[in-house]
Amino acid sequence: MGDFFTLVDWAVEDAGFWGRLIGVVAVWAVPITVWVSVVGLFSIWLERKVSAHIQCRLGPMEVGPHGALQTLADGIKLLAKEDIIPQGADRFLFALAPILSFVGSFVVFAVVPFGPHLIIADLNLGIYFLAAIGSIEAIGVIAAGWASNNKWSVFGAVRAATQVVSYEIPLSLSLVTIACLAGTLSTIGIVESQAGWIWNWFLFRNPFMVISFLIFYIASLAECKRAPFDLPEAESELVSGFHTEYSGMRFAIFFLAEYAAMYVVSAMGAVLFLGGWYTGIEPLDSWLTTSPVLGNVVGALAIITKAFFLVFVQMWLRWTLPRIRLDQMMYLCFKVLVPVGMVVFMAAAFWQGVFGAPDLGGLGSKFGLAWFVVVVVGTTLWVKKTIRRTKGYASANFLEHQARLGHDVGVS
Amino acid sequence: MEFETIVFYALAVATVIPAFGVMMAKDIVRVAFWLLASLSGVAGLFIMLDADFLGVTQVLVYIGGILVLILFGIMMTHRDPVLVSADDDRRRSPFTGLLVSLMTFGALMGVILGTGWNVSGGLANGKLSGEPTAAPLGKALLTDYVLPFEIVSVLLLVVLCGAAYIARRGKDEEASNA
Repeated sequence: MGDFFTLVDWAVEDAGFWGRLIGVVAVWAVPITVWVSVVGLFSIWLERKVSAHIQCRLGPMEVGPHGALQTLADGIKLLAKEDIIPQGADRFLFALAPILSFVGSFVVFAVVPFGPHLIIADLNLGIYFLAAIGSIEAIGVIAAGWASNNKWSVFGAVRAATQVVSYEIPLSLSLVTIACLAGTLSTIGIVESQAGWIWNWFLFRNPFMVISFLIFYIASLAECKRAPFDLPEAESELVSGFHTEYSGMRFAIFFLAEYAAMYVVSAMGAVLFLGGWYTGIEPLDSWLTTSPVLGNVVGALAIITKAFFLVFVQMWLRWTLPRIRLDQMMYLCFKVLVPVGMVVFMAAAFWQGVFGAPDLGGLGSKFGLAWFVVVVVGTTLWVKKTIRRTKGYASANFLEHQARLGHDVGVS
Repeated sequence: MEFETIVFYALAVATVIPAFGVMMAKDIVRVAFWLLASLSGVAGLFIMLDADFLGVTQVLVYIGGILVLILFGIMMTHRDPVLVSADDDRRRSPFTGLLVSLMTFGALMGVILGTGWNVSGGLANGKLSGEPTAAPLGKALLTDYVLPFEIVSVLLLVVLCGAAYIARRGKDEEASNA
């Protein structure tokens, strides 16, 4: 909590109550809101392009180069649309729901570091705060479903409640392994203990962290209600679930909240497992720390790249996997992720106890190097095998399809 | 006035007014959302008292866990999934209500007045210290209070097994009846 007031004091010294309030808004709220909007615009465009290319289509092409301004146009359209509140709806909750949903994903940005100094509040409870705040978005979804006075919406809300409450357990279990390795809950502290070469990142720190990362990733997909966990809005069953009755700006806010949440869990994945703002090249990182400006700029670029890579994987999964059933969702959580998460936590704690804090050159670090090589080689072989198996099938089809459409999409 | 003082009063208002809302609202879902506001206010008050760990725990346990479960329970058990205004005044007896609230008030005031409050942190000196509280709490739990901690863990495990057993048995009976 120290940072909270230090930063405000630094921004507006002796400015009285209103001055300090304006300082809070100007220093954090405005830049973060702008950033969330930019991320939202970009990710919605990316999602449409990724989905299109996966389905052998082109996606938006008309507005701007490769449809880059399409989301902006859609945003203007949504702003101009009529705002409909259905008859018999709970008007107050109906209006409150999108706001709650957005706040839930917005507040998490407070603990996401973009660089060694680019953080709103370096809470000493960083990841604990993350686990706690995640549920507020779910409450917004529940409010939306209930207030709509529509049975599909209520079903969506009930599913959202089940899913979020359940997947918070595996998510917390994987956060606990991180806390155990880093010895702190602060996000800055967690990133700092991953300094050095790439195999010092928590993903490669010991053999169990890869599983822990998978648990984190699957649970965060479920928390974001992303496919294959999009049961709360399942189009084929529930019209569009909890936001069936929403239109215009309120719908846009739900949409923005979803993409902000996707980005924020991906950024947290980068912070927790993928070395945060470090590039993974030890000499470069130690040179960057000598220059605060360059360090923060390169750090922000590194973390944004990692986050958008994870966002891309989320989209890739969404357009590849079918939606799972409700019972499969519960099975996966309570019979697979939770027990595996517990075993991984104990194993990671045991490993940490035996090999100790892996300083550079320690035994843990040597293992990290070996494990890093194993993971990289294994992944490469697996990807090669998959490509060989699907060659002349998906990719050839795609190219043929593009050729028939007469478009050059720059895929060779 | 100090920034912190104004924030404190704002939080106090944000806690007390929704608490009235919890009592006065007729729609049970509205009650749950008033509770959300009130519990968030309490979390903010904890943070203003330099107890940031408690504040976040308040959000995690009460808002993320209990409130979501309350809403879930309402939606699962309500007869029809549409808004129902519960204006059933027959069950409300003012005398029992008064008695219960007076007794609760008396008990709470007794505890509040009887406790020697340690007023050194947080707002008492007009500024938040920002000292981390999670690490000392964790140390205390695993050294001085390790026995109560373990007992609570075992209790929770028993509760978990019991809940699973009860849910399971109901399912079996249904299966045999069918």
